[in-house]
Amino acid sequence: MESYLPILVFVVVAILFVAAALIAARLFRRIGSGSLDRQPYECGNEPESFAHDHQFSIRYYLIAVLFVVFDVETIFLFPWAVMFDRLALFGFIEMMVFLAILVVGYIYVWNRGALNWA
Amino acid sequence: MTQELITTLVKITLWLVVLLTTVPVMVWVERRASAFIQDRRGPNRVGPLGLVQPLADALKFIFKEDITPTAADRPLYLLAPLLAVLPALTTFALIPFGPDVVIDGRTVPLIVADVETGVLLLLALASLGVYSLVMAGYSSNNKYSLFGGIRASSQMISYELALTLAVLAALIPVGSFRLDEVVLYQQGTWLGFLPRWNVFPQFIGFMVFLIAAFAETNRVPFDLPEADSELVAGYHTEYSSMKFALFFMGEYMSMATLSALAATLYFGGWHLPGVRFSDTWYWALAQGFGILLMKVALFLLFFVWVRWSFPRFRFDQLMRLGWKVLLPVGIFNLVLVAAMTLAGWL
Repeated sequence: MESYLPILVFVVVAILFVAAALIAARLFRRIGSGSLDRQPYECGNEPESFAHDHQFSIRYYLIAVLFVVFDVETIFLFPWAVMFDRLALFGFIEMMVFLAILVVGYIYVWNRGALNWA
Repeated sequence: MTQELITTLVKITLWLVVLLTTVPVMVWVERRASAFIQDRRGPNRVGPLGLVQPLADALKFIFKEDITPTAADRPLYLLAPLLAVLPALTTFALIPFGPDVVIDGRTVPLIVADVETGVLLLLALASLGVYSLVMAGYSSNNKYSLFGGIRASSQMISYELALTLAVLAALIPVGSFRLDEVVLYQQGTWLGFLPRWNVFPQFIGFMVFLIAAFAETNRVPFDLPEADSELVAGYHTEYSSMKFALFFMGEYMSMATLSALAATLYFGGWHLPGVRFSDTWYWALAQGFGILLMKVALFLLFFVWVRWSFPRFRFDQLMRLGWKVLLPVGIFNLVLVAAMTLAGWL
């Protein structure tokens, strides 16, 4: 575990850097005039509604779900890739079977049109 | 223990200095290069060749008014710029920048965190970057920001798959997550003149990685999250002053991260065939760091060149490229590299 300590140190240094930058800007920044410029920016028009009142396309959710499925698959591939020289032919065939099953799912998703946008 | 802490701090400071110099230099390079490509002059008033322009920009960022919209979700609004810089900066803890050196009888690896999980951790840290964009887009409570944030999230997760598959393939012949071993694996030459770089046997993988890297950093032609002509500035529309500068820095740093990763995975990292590393530690450090930074600089130039050469994709084209082209090509490349390794060619 001790070898991971430098990463923690790096994170702390990075946070300190960001904090220093923000504090420096806070000390010197111009103080604004009114509340009008605190409105959401809409190219000069007065906003009639807020962004949080609106809905957006369901497709973004679909992409997120597909990502989870395929990302979990790549996690399974990681130990196999690193142990490849030891698993040799056995590992290769095993993983080809795994990938074949995955590709079947991928083709199904493709045919259902889940990968089409619009 | 204290000695180790000091070496760690020195190494971190080294990266910090290099990265904080890279950002202003890149701003200058980007503007001058774009001017060159578009046959105009570019910034040339502040200092010779406009070299001090980034400094003037930085000062301006500090003195600008910092606006937080009243409708914004304040904690998330503040957290987003921090998260833009943090993952991009921290990933450099896992990039090796030279051979093991001996300082006063102690062997010091020239990498901040010499850990077993190497690339895995790097990918994990790099993928945290998406939170910053989503938070910025959501918390601003602005329609442009929201669209930019959502686009950014779905774009980045889509291309992360292809990126991961390409990285995986590069690890197969090496058999380790450690990036220093990836570099060691690529030492030597084929036929006496061709460096044993991964880019030659794994050219398909490299192309997948490169395209995905452009999408991951939201650079042209994949800059839909901040598509100026439709979304003003996308997820950072509401940001001003230093908070905006932090997003800017984060973007350039994540470009540098992926450039360093590409250089390490496909172009031999800090190593160059024919270079004999000095026995004196500081010379070896200078050599290793110099070679790595040279390769990173070439990648960064490539990023700029592409930005001013290609138009932006449409969102459906972007998704089609990611899911229907890069993903199957990535899987094909993985199988190909595995088969080649099995045959003993790599």
